[in-house]
Amino acid sequence: MSSPPQERTANPARSLLAKFDLTDMQSGVWLVLLAVMAVGWILAGPNFVGGGNLTNIAVRAVPLGIVAMGQTLVILGGSLDLSVAYLISVVAVLSAFVMDGDPANIPLAIAVGLAVGVGVGLVNGLLVTKGRANPLIATLGTGLVMKGLLSSRFAAQTGSAPREFQLLGYGRVWGFMPLSILLLLAVFAIAWWLTRGTRFGSHLYAVGGSKEIARLSGVRDDRVIIGAHVWCSLTAAMTGLFLVARLGAGAPWIGPDGIYDLESIAAVVVGGTALLGGRGGVPGTLAGALLLAVLDNMFNALQVDGFLKSVLRGVIIIAAVASYALRSKRKDVDIA
Amino acid sequence: MSRVTSAAESPRPAGDEPLLKLAGISKSFREVEVLRDVVLECPPGEVHAIVGENGAGKSTLVKVVAGAHQPDRGTMTLDGRAVSFHHPRQAQAAGVSIIYQEFNLLTDRTVAQNIFLGREPTRGPLIDRRRLEEDTVALLEQLNVSGSISPRAKISDLSVAQQQIVEIAKALSFDAQILIMDEPTASLAPPEVEALFEIVRQLRERGMLIFYVSHRLKEIFALADRVTVLKDGDQVATTDIGSLTPDSIVRLMVGRELSDYFPELAAPDDIGEVRLRVRGGSNQHISDIDLELRAGEIVGLAGLEGSGRTEVAEAIFGVEPFETGTIELDGEQVSIRRPRQAVDHRIGFVTEDRKTQGLVLPRSVLENTLLPLRTLSGHDRREREAVHEVAEGSTLTMQLAERVDLRAASLDQEVRFLSGGNQQKVVFAKWLASDAWVLLFDEPTRGIDVGAKAGIHDLMRGLAKRGAAVLMVSSELPEVIGMSDRIVVMSHGRIAGELEAGASEADIMLLATGQSNGDGPDVRHPAEEVAAAKTAQEDQAAETAEATADSELSEVTSNPHDDQMGHDPGEVSG
Repeated sequence: MSSPPQERTANPARSLLAKFDLTDMQSGVWLVLLAVMAVGWILAGPNFVGGGNLTNIAVRAVPLGIVAMGQTLVILGGSLDLSVAYLISVVAVLSAFVMDGDPANIPLAIAVGLAVGVGVGLVNGLLVTKGRANPLIATLGTGLVMKGLLSSRFAAQTGSAPREFQLLGYGRVWGFMPLSILLLLAVFAIAWWLTRGTRFGSHLYAVGGSKEIARLSGVRDDRVIIGAHVWCSLTAAMTGLFLVARLGAGAPWIGPDGIYDLESIAAVVVGGTALLGGRGGVPGTLAGALLLAVLDNMFNALQVDGFLKSVLRGVIIIAAVASYALRSKRKDVDIA
Repeated sequence: MSRVTSAAESPRPAGDEPLLKLAGISKSFREVEVLRDVVLECPPGEVHAIVGENGAGKSTLVKVVAGAHQPDRGTMTLDGRAVSFHHPRQAQAAGVSIIYQEFNLLTDRTVAQNIFLGREPTRGPLIDRRRLEEDTVALLEQLNVSGSISPRAKISDLSVAQQQIVEIAKALSFDAQILIMDEPTASLAPPEVEALFEIVRQLRERGMLIFYVSHRLKEIFALADRVTVLKDGDQVATTDIGSLTPDSIVRLMVGRELSDYFPELAAPDDIGEVRLRVRGGSNQHISDIDLELRAGEIVGLAGLEGSGRTEVAEAIFGVEPFETGTIELDGEQVSIRRPRQAVDHRIGFVTEDRKTQGLVLPRSVLENTLLPLRTLSGHDRREREAVHEVAEGSTLTMQLAERVDLRAASLDQEVRFLSGGNQQKVVFAKWLASDAWVLLFDEPTRGIDVGAKAGIHDLMRGLAKRGAAVLMVSSELPEVIGMSDRIVVMSHGRIAGELEAGASEADIMLLATGQSNGDGPDVRHPAEEVAAAKTAQEDQAAETAEATADSELSEVTSNPHDDQMGHDPGEVSG
């Protein structure tokens, strides 16, 4: 250990610097986020970066952010979850129905919502691992099943959330901090802890990087993937509950209308997580979700036409992802 | 670690109770017996080399020991207990670790995360990072590399040699008693090889049994205690290294006198007009390429790995086109910026890696064969189909399959189920179908077993006889010499010179290493340079070099065997 430090030894100062290397997508997305906010400042005026608007943006990012924290883990493990949008609707409708305006029913409603999440996550995970179904198809399938159940039972808004539950959507602590932002941060903290601190997280990266290597090292890859799917569905359930708190009722269209399936994947990928798994992490996803919210907010402030808004969002997502790909390609060439 | 340390405290003398006993190990794949009645008894503290040609059964043997394959017959005894492994993990737990040529490391994860993957120390629900790193450092210290490899370093930031050490550390972390290394030096530079040897010797001192699979005789003589030679699945010898010479090992591996089995070179009359002429071709990899290919001749393109051989073929085919310079086809200047244009101009390219670049593996023989033909526009396609006087694709494919002597169950068979040699024939057929007149072959016989090689060579010569102009890139000098009517040698992205048919390996290597250009006085003896160049050559051509054992021209040097094995005994002592 006392031998002179050599070049290959990771120098802590250097690795910290490297963490803010632009070629690192995880930090790159935070810079992109700052850049977009600067553009918003220039175009929409100083109010855009005022405390009030920033809070708005953050609250707007909450529902997508929560489910993207789940989607990140699934994608890190090399899987994918397209069922989250309908799961959000199912949980929203069921929990609102159970609550039915009575505060006494809140714990039961939350329990039902989360239990449904765990159940769907288990089904997804089992289909992908034991059933060897392609994750895209398997989760599309479970999503469609839930869609069918929803449309056979619920056509309109269902149930209602008592005022106490709506605090989750609108309440503030310490007078200024919206409870919803704390919820997002809490989910982020759990996801961060899961990925960085636990064996589960370590194995998740390994399975996503190479299932074969992980398996030969004794990792039970199926369990890891099932765990990621359960976590992902749990976050979708939490988003469903949150939306009930926001809307005051459950509606079968809130999941698909929010395009939470594709948008959560977009947030993950914009956040620098490799779609094939094994590389990335939740901090990038948090920035990705915020970025999408900033864009929405900015377009609204500038009164951009709805269609154009969609086009611009698409272009920006593509540009972000393509620039990561190009940068990392250049990096490869440099190394070679 | 207990077993390893106890062995280190009291190193058992060789000849003690065997650590590993194999009795009558046999293994077949799809009714082809690849391993027959292997009998081995190995004591602890031995480096045991396993040598043989491609397809001799080396990999199968070590994979049986490592639990990746299950033997059909025979028994394995480890430390006096009968064992049978159904999964590599069981072998690992019993103390048998294997390091493949392709490392099993997660490149985005750290050294510590890789070594203890699946066995991370935990404290409560969390990974105990400090212990993880301390344990890793302890392992790296055993290998004397804790100063140069940090447990937090990402695998992708390490050199290949360091990655290999991480693999060894991982094996140690499993308390391995037996370590199998498959071509461990294939991509290492000489000083790294020496460092690896040090580690291997140290592991032997501690009582480990090391199986060392390699085709590099020099390394085997430097390191091994005993050698097992396999040939076509038979164990032809297991003996002390002292009783062998490089010569005798090669003779055992090949088991027959070498004879020139290359087809005859072109007669002067066979060689016609210039088909393809490149003048002053340059791009970012290569510069000032002047090259002519004539109808009926095979031009060999030789040079060290990285000298720009493949890049010349890729430039002609438009993969990475020339940025300056001209290409003429049959006297007419043409522009080739994309592979499509090359196909239109009847140029065919048999790539180095047929599995990723030459064939669509899950598609049928028929689909693959007709792929380039079908990409042609309507007029061209009809014209070329007319050449074959058939309209039906399958009839055409049938004819082509016959011409290339393809052995497939049917034309609908997916090519991934074919052997390497037959896959290569499908690639050939595909360019025959598109009527290519200029054919570029990049390592046409890489990874193809010896018998099938001769067939591929005959095919290439047959194509030239029918008037095709053939460029063959090869890292196997015997192949270059045996096949080429003319030899063009590359060095540092430029053409270093051209040699007549039948040039010697030494001539080629002198050009390839830039020695015969006479740039400045050279203090080294030319022969030394040649030897060094061969080593470099071999580094890259590791996979193929072992298969070349009998593709040698006996007149090239006094001792043909040493050349393709890369080292003669004099080199070892000198």
